[in-house]
Amino acid sequence: MTVTASAGVAPAIRRAANGALVGYLPVGFPDLATSIDAAVALVENGVDVLELGLPYSDPVMDGLAIQKATQEALASGFRVRDVFAAVEGVRSRVDAPVLVMTYWNPVVQYGLSRFAESLRDAGGAGLITPDITPDSAADWIAESERTGLDRVFLAAPSSSDERLNATVRASRGFVYAVSTMGITGARTDVDQKARALMARLRDAGATGTDTLAACVGIGISTPEQVSEVLEYADGAIVGSALVTALAEGGVARLARVASALSQGK
Amino acid sequence: MSAESLRDQPGPFFGEYGGRYMPESLIAAIDELAAAYDSARVDDEFQAELTRLHRTYTGRPSIITEVPRFAEHAGGARVILKREDLNHTGSHKINNVLGQALLTRRIGKTRVIAETGAGQHGVATATAAALFGLDCTIYMGEVDTQRQALNVARMRLLGAEVIPVTTGSRTLKDAINEAYREWVTSVETTNYIFGTAAGPHPFPAMVRDFQKIIGEEARAQVLELTGRLPDAVAACVGGGSNAIGIFHAFLDDHDVALYGFEAAGDGVDTERHAASIERGRPGVLHGARSYLLQDEDGQTIESHSISAGLDYPGVGPEHAFLADIGRAQYLPASDAEAMEALRLLSRTEGIIPAIESAHALAGALRLGRELGPEAIILVNLSGRGDKDVATAARWFDLFDDGAVQS
Repeated sequence: MTVTASAGVAPAIRRAANGALVGYLPVGFPDLATSIDAAVALVENGVDVLELGLPYSDPVMDGLAIQKATQEALASGFRVRDVFAAVEGVRSRVDAPVLVMTYWNPVVQYGLSRFAESLRDAGGAGLITPDITPDSAADWIAESERTGLDRVFLAAPSSSDERLNATVRASRGFVYAVSTMGITGARTDVDQKARALMARLRDAGATGTDTLAACVGIGISTPEQVSEVLEYADGAIVGSALVTALAEGGVARLARVASALSQGK
Repeated sequence: MSAESLRDQPGPFFGEYGGRYMPESLIAAIDELAAAYDSARVDDEFQAELTRLHRTYTGRPSIITEVPRFAEHAGGARVILKREDLNHTGSHKINNVLGQALLTRRIGKTRVIAETGAGQHGVATATAAALFGLDCTIYMGEVDTQRQALNVARMRLLGAEVIPVTTGSRTLKDAINEAYREWVTSVETTNYIFGTAAGPHPFPAMVRDFQKIIGEEARAQVLELTGRLPDAVAACVGGGSNAIGIFHAFLDDHDVALYGFEAAGDGVDTERHAASIERGRPGVLHGARSYLLQDEDGQTIESHSISAGLDYPGVGPEHAFLADIGRAQYLPASDAEAMEALRLLSRTEGIIPAIESAHALAGALRLGRELGPEAIILVNLSGRGDKDVATAARWFDLFDDGAVQS
């Protein structure tokens, strides 16, 4: 199986004229093969950028729906190397960029250089790192320069201007704006705080230039919310709603939910 | 002897350990706490208020007690206990909590959350919340709420909300995960009172500073009683706050050997233990780099110990550093050894220790036999055993047949 090296996520976000839909699913849930089929189904139903989650024993930034799915993946024998198989499997079937979202310790234990090379060779676009910040990530920043991978750091409403500037400077691909103070899980309203945060990110330089776009995540579950977010952000990130659809109705329901969400673009 | 003091380590790093590996959502709150602590540390008024609370509320200084009948089983060495079990709320945890509760007031927050394993830190936090008029929520693994039911009731009596955590291994590490998740959603009004000398900077240095009073008092007390420093200091190590608290005053006394006793559960050669330094390897968990029980993939391995307070797969970063440079030694003590030491101290001295502290006592019995009758061993008796009576009764089969056990 051969895959094309990723060109990173920025071109895909730029191609999405009305803004990009970014979809999250964990690898290995409900099993490795189905998680690949599910990710492919997302792209076939309007998702522009994929985030594949690496199941981890201590997921402090995940809400219940995702925790439950990743715990199930771990209980079924998920191994870190499965992530590269999943990325390669997806990239051999669809052209959307694939980011891996991972807590930091599995990367450290796999070996940062080895992890980055394996991800690049599988056709992956880069990493989203929810539990480290640029000031604790010098080695990852250097490694991503060496391998050409994107690095997506998070920005929060509570982040100072100084930290937002540093996060924008350190990120490549996009900046992941956390839209509420909360952890992942569908919410009925996408917080107004997201608009304010996005405006501050624009001021800090996240203006959708060649390499950097700003995407809002955490709390989006309907096409209306996607549409609302894309009024002011370059992308809308959906996670829990997709995981719940896959858990309850398999790939078929997931495809319908993704298709509906993409109507919000 | 090196001219450089080991007592002056402000963090965030202790050698290659420590740091601040945290979600961006929590950085502002952690920065705020670190700044508040930096100013409080050198604020005479803050320190005077803390000292007043220690004296009039906690009951400090805690005494030391020499235990000759117990020591007969320790090769005849002199064994001296630092009696943190006599503190208000029954353990050393109150030392740290009062400091962090004062900080909470200083930064203007009205609610505190905390994780707890054995319930001692939760009880101490609930106590301080009652004293300071703060709202309080405690996260506790469901397994621990069952084995430490008495402490759950104590926290609720004190007005705290106790939330049993049902994810993962349902013990201390999962309680920390849940407290982090909760903190992300409520960070604007809520301060997280972390219970041990682990986690992201500033917690390891700050918790150590609030606990170092144990060793400062004990060092002077042992000098006064015996005319010299002890040969060895022993403490149990889970996250490591009572151990760093008693070690710290002795770090530059190079003739004083420091021993941390990790919970070995069924034994370090089984899969059921909590010996992070002895059997773990460096990794990142809960905001810091330190020794960690983990599999090849970096997934945290569940720890096991009869002691809920030591049942944690990580350890504070300063201990990892002290282990690497050889300044302190970390040795295992099994469930069975700890329970025998608990029974021995109860019967020979009339003091029922917490099961956590009984690991240090088990270590002292071994050290005494190695060091001989000339040796002086200082043991941190970090907590009292009232909370553990039901566990001990089951272990030693002390309940009468047919007695009602709640």
